[in-house]
Amino acid sequence: MTGPAGRWDRPYWIGFAIVGGLLVAAPLILPPFWQRFATEILIWGLLAMSSDILIGYTGMVSFGHSAFFGVGMYGAAAALLTVRPPSLGLAIVYGLVGAGLVAAFVAYFSTRLRDIYFSITTLVFSQIFYVIIFTWTTVTGGENGLTFRQPALGLPGLGGIEFTPARLHWFVVAVVALSYLLLRRITRSPFGMVLQSIRENEPRTRAIGYAVERYKIVAVMLSGLFAGLAGVLYAIQNKFAAPDFVFFLVSGEVVIFNVMGGVGTLVGPIVGAAFFLVLREGLSRYFEYYLIPVGIIFTLMVIFLPQGFLGFLRRRLNQ
Amino acid sequence: MSVGFEQILVQTVNGLVNGMILALVASGLTLIFGIMDVVNFAHGDLVMLGGFVGASTMATTGNFWLALLVAAVVVAVFGAALQISTLRPLLGRDPLTTILATFGVSLVLQKYALWQWGPSARNLQEPITGRFDLFYLQYPWYRVATAVLASAMIGALWLFLKRGTYGIWIRATTQDRIMAAAMGIPVPWVHTSVFAIGAAMAAASGVLFGPLGGVTQTMGSDFTLRAFIVVVVGGMGNLGGSILASIFISLLEAYASLFVSPAQAVIVSFVALILTLLFRPTGLFVPTPK
Amino acid sequence: MLSLSDVHAYYGKSHILHGVSLEVGPGEVVGLLGRNGVGKSTTLKSVMGLAQPARGHVTFEGRNITGLAPHHLARLGIAWVPEDRRIFRLLTVLENLRTGLDRAGLDDRRRQKLLDKVYGAFPLLRERRHQAGGTLSGGEQQMLAIARAMMLEPKIILLDEPTEGLMPRMVSQIRDIIGVLHDEGVAILLVEQNVPLTLAVSARIYIMEKGVVRHHAPAADLRTDPAMIHQYLGV
Repeated sequence: MTGPAGRWDRPYWIGFAIVGGLLVAAPLILPPFWQRFATEILIWGLLAMSSDILIGYTGMVSFGHSAFFGVGMYGAAAALLTVRPPSLGLAIVYGLVGAGLVAAFVAYFSTRLRDIYFSITTLVFSQIFYVIIFTWTTVTGGENGLTFRQPALGLPGLGGIEFTPARLHWFVVAVVALSYLLLRRITRSPFGMVLQSIRENEPRTRAIGYAVERYKIVAVMLSGLFAGLAGVLYAIQNKFAAPDFVFFLVSGEVVIFNVMGGVGTLVGPIVGAAFFLVLREGLSRYFEYYLIPVGIIFTLMVIFLPQGFLGFLRRRLNQ
Repeated sequence: MSVGFEQILVQTVNGLVNGMILALVASGLTLIFGIMDVVNFAHGDLVMLGGFVGASTMATTGNFWLALLVAAVVVAVFGAALQISTLRPLLGRDPLTTILATFGVSLVLQKYALWQWGPSARNLQEPITGRFDLFYLQYPWYRVATAVLASAMIGALWLFLKRGTYGIWIRATTQDRIMAAAMGIPVPWVHTSVFAIGAAMAAASGVLFGPLGGVTQTMGSDFTLRAFIVVVVGGMGNLGGSILASIFISLLEAYASLFVSPAQAVIVSFVALILTLLFRPTGLFVPTPK
Repeated sequence: MLSLSDVHAYYGKSHILHGVSLEVGPGEVVGLLGRNGVGKSTTLKSVMGLAQPARGHVTFEGRNITGLAPHHLARLGIAWVPEDRRIFRLLTVLENLRTGLDRAGLDDRRRQKLLDKVYGAFPLLRERRHQAGGTLSGGEQQMLAIARAMMLEPKIILLDEPTEGLMPRMVSQIRDIIGVLHDEGVAILLVEQNVPLTLAVSARIYIMEKGVVRHHAPAADLRTDPAMIHQYLGV
C-alpha cells in the first residue's frame, strides 16, 4: 500500500502534475456551475482524505467526522461574524482550534474502545454535537444556521484581494494539495508505519511496546484537524454554516467516499468523493431518488470490491 | 421550575411505555449481534419500513391488528432476503465491513421509503381509544396497551428461545457456531431465521409506535441510535440486559424531559452510553465480568 | 469408508498439513499419534470442513466431501468430539444432547430409546441432565461430548484427545466407551497423546510428523515392536 514506492514514483508524480494542472485550469475552461462544483469536490475530498487516516491507515471506522467538519465550519463562522473586518487567517485559526479541541475530546473517550464500540462512540459524539448545535439557537442559529460574508484573501495586516470564484478555487486547490502532500508525508513516516501496524495487528503492535492509545489519539486529532480545515473551506465557499452537516449521516457519506475510492490510498477518497458527487449531480436530474441505486452500488462494493476503485485498479495494474 | 411528584409518576409511566417499545427493537438487534456478530445499522430502518407497511395496510383495510401482522410478515421476509443476499457473503469478514454494508442498506431503505411513501409523516389510528385518569392527565389507554403488547411479544420470544428445538438451535449457534454446525444444526438458516425474527420485531415496534409518534423516514436513524445505545449499555448479545437497559434509558430520558426539551433530553442517553463504555464496557446489567 | 488423500491444509497462512493420506474402514478403530503440533487436530478439522483443504480430497463412503460445510456432515454420519470438548456451556446437559437428538427422521419413541441408551452408558449424565453444561467437571464434560456425538447415531466418530487432562479412572471409562462403540460397529478415528490406550484399542495406527503421515502399521506390530513409537514420539 504505502511505503517505499519504487517503480510507482515517476508515473505517479506525472499523474499528480497532470491532475493538478487540470484542477488549476478548471476555472478557465469550465462553466461557472461546474467550476464551483469542482471546488466543492475538492473540499469533500479533503474531508474524505482526513477520514482515510483513520479508516485506511489505522483501521478505525469513525462516524464522527461530521462533528469535526461542523465545528470547523462554525468556528470559521464565529471568526467571520465576531471580528471585523472578517479575516481569512482568523477564520482558519478558529476553525482548526475548534476542530482540534473537539477531536481531542472525542479521541480521549473513544480511543479506549475497539472496533464497533469505537465507531458507535464516534457516532454518538457526532450526534451530541449535532444536538448542541441544533438547540443552542442563540449562539449557533439553531436550525437556520449562520450566514456571513466572505473574507478577503490575504494575511492579517497586509492588504487583501477579494475572492472571486476562480481565486477561491485556486486557494482551495492549493490548500487541498498541500494537505495531501503533508498527509502523504505523514503516512509514509515512521508514525504512519506504526498506524498501519495497528491496523494490521493491534495486539502485536502493543506487544512490541508501542503505546497504541497515544498513537490512536494523535491519529484522531490529525484526522479531526484536516476535517475541520475542510469545514473552514466550506464555510468560506458557501458563506453559511448549518447543523445539517453535523448529522451523523454526513459522516456516513464520507465513509462511502472512502470505500468507493479505496481506503488507505489518500487519493482514493478524493476520487470517491468526485465519483459520488458527479453521480449525484447526474442522476438527480433524471431520478430524484438517485441515492437508491448509489446506495445499492455502495453496498455491493463493500461486499465484492472492498478495496474500492483505486484498490481494484492497483491490483489490476500490478498483475 | 419545581417538579411535582405527580409529574414524576407520569413520566415514569411514559418511560415504561417508551422503554417497552424500545426493548422490542433492541432485543432483535441484540439477538442478531449475539448470534452472528452483525451490527445492523439498518435495524431502525426496518422499524420505519414496518411502520409504513402498517400504515398502508391500515389505509386499505382499516384494521390495525391486521396491519401489525402484515407489517411483521412482510418485513420478516424482506429481512431474510436481505440477510441471504448481503450478509451471508460477509460472514467471517472484518466486522467493520458489516457496519458499512448495513449502513448502505439503511441509506437505500430511507430513500426508498421517501420514494414510495413521500416526505410527509403517516399517522396510524389508535386501535384502542379512550383515556383514563392518571393524576392530572387524561392518559390514553393505547399507550398502556402498547407496553403490554410489547411485553407479550418479548415474553413470547423468551419462551421460544427457552423451549423447543429451534430455541435450542438458536442458543447453541449463538454460543458456538462451529460446534453447532458440527452437530448438524443448519447454521446458515438459523442465522437467516434470527434475522427475520429481529426484523419482524422491529416492524411490530414501528406499527405500535405509529399512533404515538407518526411514521417518518427519519425515525429510522433515531431508533437505530437509541437501540445501539441500549444494546451496548445492556451488554451486547444479552437479551435480558437489553430489556432492562431499554427501560432504564427511557426512564432517564423521560425524567430529563421534565427539565429540558425532548431534543436535548436525548443527550442523557448518550452520556449513559459513554459512561458505560468507560467504566463497565461489557454492559451495566451484566454480572461483573471475570 | 473415510479416506483422506494428499490433503494440504492451512491455518491462516501457516501450511499445516503437507499431504496427509489415511483411511478408516467401516467399524474400524484407527489411531493417529504424533507429537504436539504435527497437525493431528487439523487433520480431523479438514474432514469436518473447518480447515479448508487447499489440495487433496476427503471421501466418505465413496462420496467426495472435501470442503463440505460442517452442518452437512452429521447427516452423512460423521460426528466430531473436539479437543476442547466444546460443550454448550449455557445449555443444560439434556439440551446439549438435544442438539444432536432433535433431528429429522426420528420419532419420539426412537428418540427416547436413544436417550435412554446413552443415559445407560453414562448414568452421571442422567443425574445432571438439568444442570448447565458449564458447571460440569472436565471429565463429565468429556462424557457429555461423547454422548452428544452418539446422539447422531454416527457411522464414524472423530475423537480428538479424549483423555487429555483426565484422571486415570476416567481414562479407563473412556476406554470402555470406545469398546462399546466398537461393538456397535461405529468406526473411530482416535487422535491421542496417550500411547498405551491407543495401542490397546486400535486396529491400525498412523504416526504423523510435521504435517504428513510418516508411518503406518497394524497396532499389533507396534505393540510387539515399539521402535517406531520411540522414534517419532520419543516415548
